[in-house]
Amino acid sequence: MKKIIVSIVLLNLLAACASNKPQETAAASAPAAAVTAPVAAGGASTGATSATQTVVDALNDPKSILAGRSVYYPFDVAAVQDADKPLVQAHAKYLSENAKRTVKLEGNCDERGSNEYNLGLGQRRADGVQKMLELGGAKAAQLTSVSYGEEKPKAAGHEEAAWSQNRRTDINYAK
Amino acid sequence: MLKAMQSVLGLLMLLQSALASAGLSIEIIGAGEHQIPVAIVPMGGDEKLAQAINEVVSSDLQRSGLFRLIDPAGKLPHQPSEVSYPDWQVRGAEAIAIGTVTTQANGRIEARFRLLDVVKHIELVGQAVSVGDGQVRAIGHRIADLIYEKLTGDQGVFSTRIAYVNRQGKKFSLIVADSDGYNEQIVLTQNEPIMSPNWSPDGGHLAYVSFETGHAAVFVQSLYTNQRKLVADFPGSNSAPAWSSDGKRLAVVLTRDGGSQIYLMRPDGSELRRISFSGGIDTEPNFSPDGQYLLFTSDRGGSAQVYRMPVEGGAAQRLTFGGGTSYSPRHSPDGKSFVYTHLSGGKFSISLQDFQSGQSEALTEGGWEKKPSFAPNGKLILFASEARGRGILATVSSDGRVKQHMFTQSGDAREPVWGPRL
Repeated sequence: MKKIIVSIVLLNLLAACASNKPQETAAASAPAAAVTAPVAAGGASTGATSATQTVVDALNDPKSILAGRSVYYPFDVAAVQDADKPLVQAHAKYLSENAKRTVKLEGNCDERGSNEYNLGLGQRRADGVQKMLELGGAKAAQLTSVSYGEEKPKAAGHEEAAWSQNRRTDINYAK
Repeated sequence: MLKAMQSVLGLLMLLQSALASAGLSIEIIGAGEHQIPVAIVPMGGDEKLAQAINEVVSSDLQRSGLFRLIDPAGKLPHQPSEVSYPDWQVRGAEAIAIGTVTTQANGRIEARFRLLDVVKHIELVGQAVSVGDGQVRAIGHRIADLIYEKLTGDQGVFSTRIAYVNRQGKKFSLIVADSDGYNEQIVLTQNEPIMSPNWSPDGGHLAYVSFETGHAAVFVQSLYTNQRKLVADFPGSNSAPAWSSDGKRLAVVLTRDGGSQIYLMRPDGSELRRISFSGGIDTEPNFSPDGQYLLFTSDRGGSAQVYRMPVEGGAAQRLTFGGGTSYSPRHSPDGKSFVYTHLSGGKFSISLQDFQSGQSEALTEGGWEKKPSFAPNGKLILFASEARGRGILATVSSDGRVKQHMFTQSGDAREPVWGPRL
């Protein structure tokens, strides 16, 4: 299991180098560690074996795959890429085991194309992640999808470094 | 060869007029093939008002690219009896505009205007125009329209209005302004995106997309009462509102049944029905002037292209081919052509396609040029562009010869759309 985690981390690091992906951590957006939370997401949780025996919600563990909350795409593509499938599947598993958690899937695009076409493309991206989460065990009632098209860019600038960060679906957990 | 020389000369000619009264500046590049020489004589009466009117009339006519302004050089007639026609013939003027402007006892501004034919020594048009205090620019636009109509035979559009979205950081404002970008009025301001404003054919309402409810939803707002109504708020995205020319129908794009598809409704949101059925993204519907067809953007063939389909259902026909992708189609007012955004080699440009020949021509050289819409007379096209790192408004004449950049006061101007003639 450790080997798998290491390789996923490596994969994330490699992806970060290749496309200037922002390093995402859950620390800022997730609620404080829930002591009584069930052991979640199986082996993905590394906090469960800590010396203090504290049970940590895997969602709040910055070392968990669940700390990744964004799925990235090539230009004008809405299908989840192979590199991001383990991330989406881990969230699907977590949601299936934590029925009270809900997420908003927020599709975004780079600025190439028209605003309206990109609104459609962002919706298709968010809907694609939603479908994959449902296939992985999440319930439809836990999920909503929206598109911001090219209206809420994370990075500014007319170049690939910015565009690659803006072609994105964010998995946004309700607090 | 002569044509090539003319266009080079046109490109070299860069006129800039920055008026101090507002933080807006306008640059004009190029000139029309045949420019009509006309003299605009500053009006008699109130000197300050006359000066303001003269600036508006002159810059309107220059922006069209169709006129060459003849310097009155100290000759300032205000009545036909004061005009010495040979003086103006010598200077090459074909027509001369004269008149007077005064403030009435009730505070209204009244201008009496005449356009005289220098060759035939006759009055082409005479009119008294009266507006409320502070609306002196409206007099200028009206006079420019009269001159334009008499000397070109086409409808003037200087008195029309435009709508666009201004983005400043996270703040979005829906703006209505005069056709030259002045006299900005804020229709809506918020910290969530606003997209795709679209005029009702009577000019009384705007339909637009707002994200204020957390996702894209379609609103219709009265410009008289400012009252607004949420007309499409289904799960997913609700967007791309477009009015039919009779004002009775609104086409919208919804994702409630899967991907982005086109629906028709009444402008109050009732009688909703789906009219496009594809597995792709179908968006940006635009009614033909006769209400029979819709142009729209679709990626059903693998990449975003412009298609046309009958409003009442039937097969869609692809209209754009070749390299690159195409977006945001809009019919010309006569229904004989359409403009659209073309993306090729990383550059966005504005293109025009003639329905009959199927030929497309690029009207702009390419850069960051998006979302074209025709002026009501079909002679100018308004679009979003970029210059000096900012989103700006721009126009190009429908023959591609004259371009104009309008820099708004601050922020990025986007999603412009030309309003109807009232």
